[in-house]
Amino acid sequence: MSLAVLFDSTRCVGCRECERACAQKWGLPYDERVAAEEKLSERKLTAVVTRGEVYSRRMCMHCLDPACASVCPVAALQKTPSGPVVYDEGRCMGCRYCMLACPFRVPVYEWSRPSPRVKKCNLCQERLLAGKPTACSEACPTGATVTGRREELIQEARRRIAAAPNDYWHGIYGLREAGGTAVLMLASVPPAQLGLPADLPQEPLPALTWRALSVVPDVVGIGSILLGSIYWITHRREEVAAAEGRREPRRATEDKRS
Amino acid sequence: MKFAWPRTFWRSVFLLVLAAGVYATWIRITGGLGASTHLSDEFPWGLWIGFDVLCGVGLAAGGFTLAAGVHIFNIRRYEPIVRPAILTAFLGYLLVIVALLYDLGRPERIWHPLVMWNPRSVMFEVAWCVTLYTTVLFFEVFPLVLERLGHRRPLAWMHRAMIPLVVAGVILSTLHQSSLGSLYLIVPEKLHPLWYTPWLPLLFFVSAISVGLAMTIFESWHSSKAFGHQLELPLLAGLGRLLAVVLLIYLTLRFRDLERRGVLGQAVEPAPETWLFWLEIGLTALPMFLLFRASTRRRPRSLYWCAVMVIFGFVAHRLNVSVTGMEAASGATYFPKWTEISVTLAIVALGFAAFRLAAKYLPVFEPAREAAEGPARPEVALAAAD
Repeated sequence: MSLAVLFDSTRCVGCRECERACAQKWGLPYDERVAAEEKLSERKLTAVVTRGEVYSRRMCMHCLDPACASVCPVAALQKTPSGPVVYDEGRCMGCRYCMLACPFRVPVYEWSRPSPRVKKCNLCQERLLAGKPTACSEACPTGATVTGRREELIQEARRRIAAAPNDYWHGIYGLREAGGTAVLMLASVPPAQLGLPADLPQEPLPALTWRALSVVPDVVGIGSILLGSIYWITHRREEVAAAEGRREPRRATEDKRS
Repeated sequence: MKFAWPRTFWRSVFLLVLAAGVYATWIRITGGLGASTHLSDEFPWGLWIGFDVLCGVGLAAGGFTLAAGVHIFNIRRYEPIVRPAILTAFLGYLLVIVALLYDLGRPERIWHPLVMWNPRSVMFEVAWCVTLYTTVLFFEVFPLVLERLGHRRPLAWMHRAMIPLVVAGVILSTLHQSSLGSLYLIVPEKLHPLWYTPWLPLLFFVSAISVGLAMTIFESWHSSKAFGHQLELPLLAGLGRLLAVVLLIYLTLRFRDLERRGVLGQAVEPAPETWLFWLEIGLTALPMFLLFRASTRRRPRSLYWCAVMVIFGFVAHRLNVSVTGMEAASGATYFPKWTEISVTLAIVALGFAAFRLAAKYLPVFEPAREAAEGPARPEVALAAAD
């Protein structure tokens, strides 16, 4: 069972009820000033973004194979079987590699706190486990954001495009981006016009670093044997000399200072 | 007392840099990363990672390069400069750890990767390499202390463990130097194409060897000035020759990679990145061409300036990967805050001071005790060659 969220930009009216519900859930203050900031920050884990006539949403995309979870040296970020990518602040040492690695630039940091944490949407993991939709889905008055199983939401998205081909850009954002995400997006315009990264690889990003990491055991194994052998060979002449009970003749430049 | 003035001058500079560093540290502790850096959600890694950590580790590469050459490949004539190189590496790694303490949001949790594992993470590999290699370096430096204090028995015991230790050090360094490049494999869409390449680990490894050699020449020059002993010119000329070859290998890999990925054309586009790219290449190619000439290698001063260029070229590459190459895609402009620069300068100054102290009180410039017999090597005096 892999849960997901479908955001349909053509149904969004920009009321920001999702933002309010999200802030409430996290216990963050929400007022007009915060509402006007159309970007993710430690005050705002989802943001409605106005792009001309079109509204878009920013939130953690909950990748199927998340870069953030793969790069975290202490496994503070984890992909859960039910869908959400969750953060354990008790493990985090604040290296911020997740922020560098995230192709969607989602994780944010509490820069001014003495004991800062990374912050990001957790797809309301606690609500999903209780069988409820995400707070933003529940708050949405127009049905622009809905929670469901990923496979069903993909079918639903395809149905909507087929039913009104003139109203949609023909693609589901998140189907294959960075290996696929649990948050799927539909819109009347191409993703770049929504301010979403448009040219992401379709391969999951962790594969890129894994290629380098997977040779580590061989470097250790073969490298040790190679270096040990070189040592054995290069020092053989001295062993022979010692066995024959004579000192190896030295050239002046090879001598050490006394 | 011709040198009385510069000595007081450098001493005041040192104290000033240290005082500013202490003030910046106070700001870092009380105000957090927000008050002490220009980092942001758009630009989470800055000077402390880009210079202090990435360059710091590279500049310490002389330790494993020379240890491998002398102890594994048995090129004995370089033995007199192994100890200073290993000492530099040890101090370098300690200072990298200090820099990490500044950069981590929760520095008191720096030990977490040792118990909370994620073997899929390059940073996890980096954390283990730093820990293990610093430990190895400690055991490589510790005999100096034992020698100084005259403890012969533990010294003989440690001498037997030396070869496995050196092998471990070379393997860990290989992994660590390359893994710093691997860190950036995860950002194909953020790092400028002139720098993003699947070959980053290889390029970081080869450039680390080059800068390790350059640092050895650099510090030999400075120690010979500071402590008044003679410069090992034939040795340094030999290192210069090797350095030229390593730089040639590096530049061949670098351009072959650009050509292979079809981005060579981007190197002539009118963009700020283009200038930084050619600055970096120039600072690597010029010393390479010079070092291939015997006349350069014969003159200590030319050798020294070639080493300085290689060091700057290396720093340019690592900063281009970690900072300037990331700026365009981030949509933010990052320039380090004075506190970031001040902490960095203080760390560098502490490095110089620690090396000086260690060189003064430990037998750094003396051969290992077991090999103390034999006639003195003929040396070329610095003054005579100048």
